[in-house]
Amino acid sequence: MEWETVIGLEVHVQLATATKIFSGASTAFGAEPNTQACAIDLAMPGTLPVANEQAFRYAIMFGLAIDADIGKRSYFERKNYFYPDLPKGYQTTQLDQPIVGAGHIDIELDDGSTKRIRIHHAHLEEDAGKSLHEDFQGMSGIDLNRAGTPLIEIVSEPDMTNSDEAVAFAKKLHSIVTSLGICDGEMSQGSMRFDVNISVRPKGQVELGTRTETKNLNSFKFMEEAIALEVERQIDEIEDGREIIQQTRLYDADTKTARSMRSKEDANDYRYFPCPDLLPVIFDDAYIMQIKDNLPELPEARCARFISQYALSDYDAKQLAENAAIANYFEACTEQCGDAKLSANWVMGELAASLNTHELSIQNSPVSAGQLASVISRIKDKTISNKIAKQVFDALWNKEGEDADSIIEAKGLKQVSDTGALGTMIDEVIAANQKQVENYRNADADKRPKMLGFFVGQIMKLSKGQANPQLVNQLLQEKLNG
Amino acid sequence: MSPNNIKQRSLHQLSITELNAGLRNKDFSSVELTQHFIERIERLDTRFNSFISTCSEQALAAANYADQQLANGNAGILCGIPIAHKDLFCTNGIRTSCGSKMLDNFVPPYDATIVENCSNAGAVVLGKTNMDEFAMGSSNENSFYGPSVNPWGENCVPGGSSGGSAAAVAAQLVPAATASDTGGSIRQPASFCGVTGLKPTYGRVSRWGMVAYASSLDQAGPITKNAEDAATMLNVLASFDKKDSTSIDEPKPDYTATLDQPLNGLRIGIPKEYFSDGIDPEVAKLTQEAISFYETLGASIKEVSLPHTQLAVPAYYVIAPAECSANLSRFDGVRYGYRCENPTDLEDLYKRSRAEGFGEEVKRRILVGAYALSAGYYDAYYRKAQQVRRLIKQDFDTVFKDVDLIASPTAPTPAFGLGEKTKDPVSMYLEDIYTLPVNLAGLPAISIPCGLTQQNKPVGLQLIGNYFSEALLLNSAHKFQQATDFHQQTAPNID
Repeated sequence: MEWETVIGLEVHVQLATATKIFSGASTAFGAEPNTQACAIDLAMPGTLPVANEQAFRYAIMFGLAIDADIGKRSYFERKNYFYPDLPKGYQTTQLDQPIVGAGHIDIELDDGSTKRIRIHHAHLEEDAGKSLHEDFQGMSGIDLNRAGTPLIEIVSEPDMTNSDEAVAFAKKLHSIVTSLGICDGEMSQGSMRFDVNISVRPKGQVELGTRTETKNLNSFKFMEEAIALEVERQIDEIEDGREIIQQTRLYDADTKTARSMRSKEDANDYRYFPCPDLLPVIFDDAYIMQIKDNLPELPEARCARFISQYALSDYDAKQLAENAAIANYFEACTEQCGDAKLSANWVMGELAASLNTHELSIQNSPVSAGQLASVISRIKDKTISNKIAKQVFDALWNKEGEDADSIIEAKGLKQVSDTGALGTMIDEVIAANQKQVENYRNADADKRPKMLGFFVGQIMKLSKGQANPQLVNQLLQEKLNG
Repeated sequence: MSPNNIKQRSLHQLSITELNAGLRNKDFSSVELTQHFIERIERLDTRFNSFISTCSEQALAAANYADQQLANGNAGILCGIPIAHKDLFCTNGIRTSCGSKMLDNFVPPYDATIVENCSNAGAVVLGKTNMDEFAMGSSNENSFYGPSVNPWGENCVPGGSSGGSAAAVAAQLVPAATASDTGGSIRQPASFCGVTGLKPTYGRVSRWGMVAYASSLDQAGPITKNAEDAATMLNVLASFDKKDSTSIDEPKPDYTATLDQPLNGLRIGIPKEYFSDGIDPEVAKLTQEAISFYETLGASIKEVSLPHTQLAVPAYYVIAPAECSANLSRFDGVRYGYRCENPTDLEDLYKRSRAEGFGEEVKRRILVGAYALSAGYYDAYYRKAQQVRRLIKQDFDTVFKDVDLIASPTAPTPAFGLGEKTKDPVSMYLEDIYTLPVNLAGLPAISIPCGLTQQNKPVGLQLIGNYFSEALLLNSAHKFQQATDFHQQTAPNID
């Protein structure tokens, strides 16, 4: 039988506010456990929440970016359940009147076509803390630094039919929220987490199959793996004559296996009700318009601009525009060196490769946009060759100097364009390679350029790469032909 | 009151106004005053059990500081005046138990906003007063520390949940105390103990640092000897607080400035539903007499109707438990408060910490609330109760188009006997029938003494005002007290 997969996503996006959604504690990642949890985050008796306006602003920005209805009246509810990393015993979230209503996101498929994925809604809520299950002698540790970090939970309609579409959707979402600047996009730190709802049905059947939810995937790769695994499991179950049980599953990326966490029967009755400590929030049109007018450029618009403004190829423009941090880096570099094409090549080439090797994001790049621009400027004015430029880049990466000039100076990497000095080197090479000189001179004119490469290589070696290649070419030809 | 008169009476008999005058006149110092009350608490409170904790050392230090401020001329409104806080207001460094085993070991590292306001005004905190556990109760019998008793009859309850605050003021162990009112918890004990209790408009006084029972109903206020002191206390307690999202940024008048305004033309409404079945005949008679007395003060009286009154108790006992079922989830034995011995796993930790840490009434309300919110019942209970709440608010809105104040008994009975109603929660819940609708609507109300029954039990008159009409309530109560002496009658055997 032929099967069809139906996928819907619930995506938790941590908002990049400086402070938490209901307290003034910092949201910075990586602090010592429980050092960024104030009395409110710890749910001390008598403490009260006060909503962070920036979180609403960010959620509205997202809503506007996906062409959604903005909930002009929005309120918080309490979702009740007990867990040690949930200090109040309820999560403050939204249910009936979320801040962002129905919208949509268009994804590009491999065949070049686009597909519209509908967004059911997106709501604001607080993140929970973390339970740490190691090193506590039979007990669990609780870190409440994350408790109260603002999230938007984005709920898609079940509009995706395979993992490629799901991943394309996830990547597009990542690109949108980082371009808006409302999320840092650091997947490994949990800034975006995906819950995948999956069901299968015989091809052509209208009715949906029973779905399962695989929770808390924090990379595109894991998501792809988990979907493949779950689709296969469901098809096997049905083909073996068993029914799919509605359940929540956990994917283990280390073992590449998944297990059931709880079935529908064990599901909590969350007893939602409006939070009496927080009043409904009402936004007027002027407030929303003000946000709309100040919305940062979105990836699609930026891509189009890169093509027209910098004459980049479609491919280059798309690659650069997809990630706001990369796009910003590229533009800063271009502005300072004045060469978009070289900037694009370096950002997507040497820089991307180095970042990749060291598993760094561009925000944490050891080489700043200004520093890279200084390297490119020296290539352009022929102070250094492309090859030397890579050495200069590596030196900047290793913090050996402030900019390209200081490194070129300190290491003596300046390109040699002095015809006298080059002439001496050429004479040396000719004297040491008499046989090759003879061969060259006896060769046909059309074979000579290729043979010239040998001499150029010898001279570059002798000059430790610093000889100006064009000048070397010219001088060599004069001497050999002459 | 002339200074001579002050000197003839004992310090504990004086009102805040009189104490302020005496302190500024150097008739006595705050340290002397504080020592006087500490001595009384030590000597008498074994009978009344109105304090859960005392903090004499801090109090004397604060009194000493207050005396310096008085000498320097920097004295605030309550400078050097001893007060007590109900034990659900968080006090930095002083245990805040909420009358519960669950928080028997809890010492907050922060002050409630009203505690801070009192300290900023120079008040001297003598200790923390007894209360029904987590403010759930109408008799103070639900306290982990045993019930406070009524100074007017030591086999009688002081009312609840702020029974300790009312008993302490009635026994003259402190001139004034803070309290909180979710369904009548300031006014009903004030009525039972023959003292003055003011529940402000919801949002007038910050809830920050007040341990929550039912967040949409809870409101802090003072229990005092008279309306004038209540006005002074409200001047200190009321503030807009950015830390409480339900706090309202409404201009705050000087509540003492308008106390003496004449009541000519004041329109008072009497809800006919409040004098129906279940009211004690003596309570009905005394409150009706008090209302009639307002006519001699220039007011006009008319009957009004609050048709949804009988729905207030059932609506309240859905909404308040629903909110409390979530508010009390934080008491889970994980971060602070009571934790059971040797938990075997997480579930055991939760179950036993809460089963052992909470008392019966608290558990009953958590269960009722969780039930009312559960899937399949939400619409029938919680949503319906919220609809009733709106109807009750509309009842008041309609009546306040025609009258300035509503007058009624505070409670249907005078103080009842210890143990009399503990077996019958519903009869206990009906104690709050006249006070609950006020909380559901978010209105301000005051209870003032209006006479004694033949068995020498105080009866309270409740005046209900429109939103933010505290000044009018206090003015009306003060004018009544200027013309009567019910508020000056004191419990027997308290010297």
